[in-house]
Amino acid sequence: MSTDSIAPGRAGVGTGAGARESTAGGTGLGKYEVVIGLEVHAQLATRSKIFSGSSAAFGAEPNAATDPVCLGLPGTLPVLNRAAVLAAVKLGLAVGSHIRQTCRFTRKHYFYPDLPKGFQISQFDEPICEGGTVRFRLHGEARSVRLVRIHLEEDAGKNLHAAAGASFVDYNRAGVPLCEIVSEPDVRSAEEASEYVRALRTLVRYLGICDGNMEEGSMRCDANVSLRLRGAERLGTKAELKNMNSFKNVRDAIEHEVRRQAALLDRGERVIQETRLWDAARGLSVAMRSKEHAHDYRYFPEPDLPPLVVSDAYLADVRASMPEIPEARYARYTALAALSPQDASVLCAEREIADYFDATVRAGAAPKKAANWVINEVLARVDDARLLGEAGVKVAPTALAELIALVDAGTLSGKLGKDVFLRMWAEGRTARDIVAAEGLAQVSDTDAIRAAGERVLAAHPDELRRYRAGERKLMGFFVGAVMKEMGGKANPKGANEVLKLLLEG
Amino acid sequence: MSRIRPEEVREIAVLARLALDDEEIARMTQDLDAILGYVAALGELDTTATLPMTHAVPFDCPLREDVVTVALPVDAALANAPQREASFFRVPRIVPSAGAPSGAMTAGTPPEEG
Amino acid sequence: MASAASSSTTSASTLPEVRGASIATLAEGVRAGRWKARDLTEAYLDRVARLDGALGTYLLVDGERARRRASAIDAARVEGRPLGPLAGVPIALKDIFITRDIETTCASKILRGFHPPYESTPSQRLADAGTVMLGKLNMDEFAMGSSNENSSRGTVKNPWSLAHVPGGSSGGSAAAVAASLCAGALGTDTGGSIRQPAALCGVVGIKPTYGRVSRHGVVAFASSLDHPGPFGRTVDDVATLLEVIAGPDPMDATSIPTPVGRYREAVRAGSQAGIAGVRVGVPAEYFGAGMDAEVESAVRAAIAEVERAGANVVPVSLPNTKYAIATYYLICTAEASSNLARYDGVRFGYRTPDAHSLEELYTRTRGEGFGWEPKRRIMLGTYVLRAGYYEAYYGKALKARRLLADDFAAAFARCDVMLTPTSPIPAFRFGEKTADPLQMYLADVMTVAANLAGIPALSQCCGFTRAGLPIGLQVMGPPLGEEAVFRVAGAYEARTDWHRRLPEDPRASGGVA
Repeated sequence: MSTDSIAPGRAGVGTGAGARESTAGGTGLGKYEVVIGLEVHAQLATRSKIFSGSSAAFGAEPNAATDPVCLGLPGTLPVLNRAAVLAAVKLGLAVGSHIRQTCRFTRKHYFYPDLPKGFQISQFDEPICEGGTVRFRLHGEARSVRLVRIHLEEDAGKNLHAAAGASFVDYNRAGVPLCEIVSEPDVRSAEEASEYVRALRTLVRYLGICDGNMEEGSMRCDANVSLRLRGAERLGTKAELKNMNSFKNVRDAIEHEVRRQAALLDRGERVIQETRLWDAARGLSVAMRSKEHAHDYRYFPEPDLPPLVVSDAYLADVRASMPEIPEARYARYTALAALSPQDASVLCAEREIADYFDATVRAGAAPKKAANWVINEVLARVDDARLLGEAGVKVAPTALAELIALVDAGTLSGKLGKDVFLRMWAEGRTARDIVAAEGLAQVSDTDAIRAAGERVLAAHPDELRRYRAGERKLMGFFVGAVMKEMGGKANPKGANEVLKLLLEG
Repeated sequence: MSRIRPEEVREIAVLARLALDDEEIARMTQDLDAILGYVAALGELDTTATLPMTHAVPFDCPLREDVVTVALPVDAALANAPQREASFFRVPRIVPSAGAPSGAMTAGTPPEEG
Repeated sequence: MASAASSSTTSASTLPEVRGASIATLAEGVRAGRWKARDLTEAYLDRVARLDGALGTYLLVDGERARRRASAIDAARVEGRPLGPLAGVPIALKDIFITRDIETTCASKILRGFHPPYESTPSQRLADAGTVMLGKLNMDEFAMGSSNENSSRGTVKNPWSLAHVPGGSSGGSAAAVAASLCAGALGTDTGGSIRQPAALCGVVGIKPTYGRVSRHGVVAFASSLDHPGPFGRTVDDVATLLEVIAGPDPMDATSIPTPVGRYREAVRAGSQAGIAGVRVGVPAEYFGAGMDAEVESAVRAAIAEVERAGANVVPVSLPNTKYAIATYYLICTAEASSNLARYDGVRFGYRTPDAHSLEELYTRTRGEGFGWEPKRRIMLGTYVLRAGYYEAYYGKALKARRLLADDFAAAFARCDVMLTPTSPIPAFRFGEKTADPLQMYLADVMTVAANLAGIPALSQCCGFTRAGLPIGLQVMGPPLGEEAVFRVAGAYEARTDWHRRLPEDPRASGGVA
């Protein structure tokens, strides 16, 4: 019998059977190279499920968001949700994958209560996206991780293990669309793995296809971790880590696994290929029972779904509608706008922040000033950056740009500008309105300042005498007095110049 | 010469989650052996230049609009449940593996086969 | 026929005589006011009550609902509200069609008590056309079988001889139509399960082009091979029913998106204008050894009749025919092992009592709930999909399938339809073929290739054996070639009267030999 392409197992990650495992002298992690491949499942934020019409939204009462198809009732058939296809294509384009013109669905069989049909509809042989690269920064350094593939599949329901002797099944989640993102084993540290997952999270949020919430399970991560001696070519035996539901857990779990494997290898023992579940509470991983015939998924082409064709015209349309992806914005902010890496990072962290910033700049504000205001004033006032994208945002980018212009022009002092901003945020009025209504405009009228200056000098003869006697630092006092005299509205620079003239004269 | 042995039939019964007693295993082995003997004739065909035919329709996959259609009321979803508890389907306790943390398993995490 | 009585309930003696009635006649009669829908329904229900004890065609008779529905149709007619084209026509459904709130079991213990929360597209379309659904019909369990001996709910007897099988898996549907226990019925055909019982019971049945009729709500056996389709007494009736149930369905991604053809018109064209010049292919491979002599003689006579009607008979060849059964049983069992994985006792259907672990729940539920044939097919299907075996078995079968489809495509370049026997043998006796699995499987030799290629194929009566058992003629066409099939079938039927012969009503004790 010939071997064929439908053999189960992870594509692209060798098992290293027969690879020399370390018994060489010396301990310490330094002599090992850590090789990590990651599989991330992103739950797509579509309205309905991937193959049927019940709601895909999170949080419904148990079994209140199901339909005959996602329950796997006899006689039901899957029909593909176009929004799921769009999400996968967007993601593929964003990372530079090859989008297959024709892709197919596959049945993957196993028995488990949360899997209603006894098989999952997924993609094996011909996934919708092949290849691609995820770029991100680790400690300021550019990193990239290659992808093997991205494919579409359906989620399973949820099992809850409660009372002794019983488990309970909720099928609300069954049929929710997933994008599975499989990386090459390019990652070399736990920290890098964590940053990679974070970068994926940012990206899927940018594209609006997933909210990337690991704690809620809308983004999940499994890692394949192996060690090999530095310089070795063959991969070591890998262990699969599951149940890491935060960036910190990803990092901790992998670090723990690296230490565990290193200790085994140092002792001359072999790493067993197995699946291990991370237990965050106890800070360790536990092996699942492994059996020889594990995971014979009996893949075959899904007969209920004809091949999916993605035309060039469709791709062109999607390309045209794509937002600028995070790394591209980062590059633009640091290069063209000359923002600092830290500022650029903060602005790029969420698409809504970056869009808000770009809109402020488009409305006329200088990038550095806009960055300053957005980071220090606007972001300080929202819990969830996504609110910045909503129509009812408290201070629109155009309004912010207007405020910045008033400060630039000297109509408002910096401090006054911040006060005005607070009022804009609270009251929803524009800067111009507030300034006009309350006469807040910084006065630059030289005559008015001069008049105020003369009154101040007349009112403080002792200080005047002391200044003329040499106590130059009393200038600050006079400026302050003029400001007070003018109700804080004097232009400080102007006040300074006028007083100088008065005092010299 | 037999094409399938009882041991393998037992393995398949486990994969297919079918409880078969010894007599049934023996009978099944005989039946499968006969059928596998018959279908072996396909080996005569030269299919080196042939593409597999998975679908009898020459049409592409149609797409559905992303709209929520009416969901089944909970009671309708559970109406045929052999055992139910509140709004859940009830099954005997699932034990992922000794000592493993309990909690919802992620998708694509089947229990070990066998 | 009795005239319409004024009361809504009618005694048996004044019920219309429906034995042998065609759908066309019944529909026209209700429209014209000649009969009340309620009376027609009562007439069929009366026959079921008297005769089905001997035949075993129904698993569930829904008399109450049927009467209510028929009365509602009568009320609508009186009030001048619009009626569907088949208003008042009583039909029944193979118990593989999902019916909302009405028990659907596929004749399996594992689905006993299953009351679905939705309706299948084919049955919904029949209901929308105004038909009255009398009940659910017996079948081989999960559509696996060729004799209806695999039902968990008893066998079905062939109305032409109670000692003989009706064929399968839609044995109940074919027998019920033959015995006038309903005017028409729906079945499914995965390897011949409409055509073969139609042939053995002397009625008309068609397996349409794959995807022509939606599979939404048709319990799946083998997804790429399952074809829902109608049974009727006449070719026109079958064309009528097909026009109603066929057509694109957004709930089935494999349903053909093009509009439905004019099948009744094709029947009329064949029966009135004739088939002069139509090229009729006769594939040599369908007339080999192992065929019953009387079957061969009747089918050859039918071909001669068609030739006399003006058709050009052309010899053709389908060289890979001998691999069709092997190909079929590899693909259908693989798909069946997958489709039947959902029967696990968790969400619906039978659950084994006292399971203490998940493993026990699964293995005992399925071990106790499935009959032997489904278990055997699940086992074979699981085996051929195993890692390492895929290419040799399932993968190979998918390629053989393409060769078989290519055979048909090449032959249809030289002919418009093909004529063959539907079954190499007439109805056999109970127990005759149950010992050896292969024997039963080989009974499908003339029908499975059409499922693999997805082409339309119809069976109609073309004679009887000396023992009085019907013989079926199969008419096959190219993909979406239903019109050509109906034209030739209509022409043949118009020139013969096999379709007018009726089986004797069984005595209550079931004694008709």
